[in-house]
Amino acid sequence: MLNEDGSPRAAYAAYHKWFAEQDSTHLKQKARDAEEFFRRTGITFAVYGEDEAEERLIPFDIIPRIVTSREWTKLSRGIEQRVRAINAFLQDIYHRQEIVRAGRLPVELLEKNDAFVSQMIGFTPPGGVYTHIVGIDLVRTGPDDFVVLEDNARTPSGVSYMLENRETMMNMFPELFSNIRIRNVSDYPKNLRASLSRVAPPACKGDPVVAVLTPGIHNSAYFEHAFLADQMGAELVEGHDIRIVDGRVAMRTTRGYQPIDVLYRRLDDDYLDPLIFRSDSVLGIPGIFDLYRAGRITIANAPGTGIADDKAIYSYMPDIVEFYTGEKPILKNVDTWRCSEKDSLAYVLDHLPELVVKEVHGSGGYGMLVGPAASKRELADFRAKLIAKPANYIAQPTLALSTIPIFANSGLAPRHVDLRPFVLVSPDKIDITPGGLTRVALRKGSLVVNSSQGGGTKDSWVIDDD
Amino acid sequence: MLGKTASGIFWLFRYLERAENIARLIETGHRFTLTRNSGRQDEWRSILAALGMDAAYRATHQDYNAAQVVDYLLRDKRNAGNLRNLIDSARQNARTTRTAITRELWEAVNECWICVNDALKRQVREADLPATIDLIERQTAMVRGALENTMLRNDGYNFSRVGNFIERADSMARLLDVKYYVLLPSVSFVGSSLDNIQWETILRSTSAYSAYRWLYPGRASALGIAEFLILDRRFPRSLAFCYGKLTDNLRHLAMSYGAQSASLAEAERIYASFASLTAASILEDGLHEFLIEFLSQNRNLAQLVEQEYRFNS
Repeated sequence: MLNEDGSPRAAYAAYHKWFAEQDSTHLKQKARDAEEFFRRTGITFAVYGEDEAEERLIPFDIIPRIVTSREWTKLSRGIEQRVRAINAFLQDIYHRQEIVRAGRLPVELLEKNDAFVSQMIGFTPPGGVYTHIVGIDLVRTGPDDFVVLEDNARTPSGVSYMLENRETMMNMFPELFSNIRIRNVSDYPKNLRASLSRVAPPACKGDPVVAVLTPGIHNSAYFEHAFLADQMGAELVEGHDIRIVDGRVAMRTTRGYQPIDVLYRRLDDDYLDPLIFRSDSVLGIPGIFDLYRAGRITIANAPGTGIADDKAIYSYMPDIVEFYTGEKPILKNVDTWRCSEKDSLAYVLDHLPELVVKEVHGSGGYGMLVGPAASKRELADFRAKLIAKPANYIAQPTLALSTIPIFANSGLAPRHVDLRPFVLVSPDKIDITPGGLTRVALRKGSLVVNSSQGGGTKDSWVIDDD
Repeated sequence: MLGKTASGIFWLFRYLERAENIARLIETGHRFTLTRNSGRQDEWRSILAALGMDAAYRATHQDYNAAQVVDYLLRDKRNAGNLRNLIDSARQNARTTRTAITRELWEAVNECWICVNDALKRQVREADLPATIDLIERQTAMVRGALENTMLRNDGYNFSRVGNFIERADSMARLLDVKYYVLLPSVSFVGSSLDNIQWETILRSTSAYSAYRWLYPGRASALGIAEFLILDRRFPRSLAFCYGKLTDNLRHLAMSYGAQSASLAEAERIYASFASLTAASILEDGLHEFLIEFLSQNRNLAQLVEQEYRFNS
């Protein structure tokens, strides 16, 4: 929020002025009100214990994260470039694999990768769009430097928190929104629907019917699935609501079976079609993949897009961007050592206490070592894992991540954050909602922002700075 | 609308109605305990019977001690149909039907769940019972208010009403059946005046006490009460009233779906049959037999709705 000399940074000037005039008891009350607002509106996720399910709130911090329009313009250009490259990459690897032929990507990374779906080879999804919805995780490392921590090209979640955080802030602090020009995010559901409608399959006649596929009420992101379906005016379906009728994927309505044109699935590839993927899946729809290939339904995101956000592929992203766009990447990657390479492994083993080591097929911060925070024992355990299966890991330096204040009991306190902007891709357009979801590591000194491990969220503002 | 969603809304309002009935019965039972010295245990027993829980209760309990029965009805884990579970199920259904209910309705259900759960975390002390029942009744009333004030009058609304009135008719008929000996030990009692406390109990547990007094000041007869609770179309818990609402809502559904409707035909048939009945004829032919027949028809109607609108398959 502040420059080194203690003056407010440009992005925070107006907010800082307002904040200085606030009474801290009043703000503490607002923080409690915000929590109450989340509880009342049911924005919770379920945690399953031994006995019964417990519902938790993702902690919300009332200090917004602010980015100026100028910063955002640069960021969004970088994001757009990266997302175009990801789609071109997916089109390529499921067709001619030019990038492999050109020697820019080792073929083993595709062939030996669980996220590579061979049934997608030779098939182009409607409109040529693979990743309809993408979330790019960014961290700030300097005044003008954002780097990409991770791409989310499968089923990125968190957009409902972006929207509800904003609703909450407008409710708590309407005066801020009257006085500061903050870019609107509330069009996301409308844009999502429009974007999905533009990739209707050839079999679609008339206005496309969109549905959201959820694994069910016990999924921790169920709130978001229901929220998005509701906001888009789409049905929220589960596998058992669906049947194949007359060569179409159809949902059981009170009027009989109705064909679905575009299915926004919030279910992993593995569970999507038991005839193709995991045969024990009861969550998916047997036979959907064949109909997909026959142009009778669109699946968003396309099966097999997970390869693009695999951590082993991540380190090649700068090459991927350059290869497909012919431009230098606008957004940088975090320096990454591929432990599959002998020299890199040696370096990583030598510098383990300084590095963050990540599992390549893991997700969400579980199979991960944060060197500076790890005990001797944890370091030794990870060293053994690395030596046993080096190709399963990549390593990155612990970044000098920027911090943003949170409203702690004792007043403002700096914490590490990341930013996940949400991107919608349709055949003719890439649409990025200004801002995104800011996740914050609430524990002092922590770098882990995941909600399952003590992370919270903030409202994220893009403000007009002219 | 998905069949599953229609079913979700239908059951959301059945659970809610059932929870309200339990709350009202507890209120009545408690009042009985406070005003009478004898017959208390019988009263709790008949309340359990009216809810179809007596056999299960007896399997785990020795006697009809008020505190035990109240806890059993409100929150005892051994009773799957306890009020807390009903509110929990109602809220679960609201979560799964978010695409078809308004934000206001969802928030009202959610808040009801939060408050009721809070209030029932521990066994409710007798000193807190009136306030707790009051809280439950107010919270469920807020849900109804949100439905009435914000829901589009579309199929979703109709399913909520159909669920509501099928449940209400069911519970009224069960209560009358459990209490019919009060109304009618034998036909010769028709027209004679009833034991004051017994008829008061029935009327109170159906929220009919003041309404009945307005209509029949100072006169409580088996005939009058049966007429009122079964056939009076002005009283919102009478069987005839429930079927008036059921036919209205099923007709709206049939019209908006533009199809022949077996459930509508059945509801209309039952509704029309009320027109040819009088309290005297019902009592003469046997109240118990009438109620048993009615309960079976009412269940059958629920099944027809379920099949016709593809709730499950």
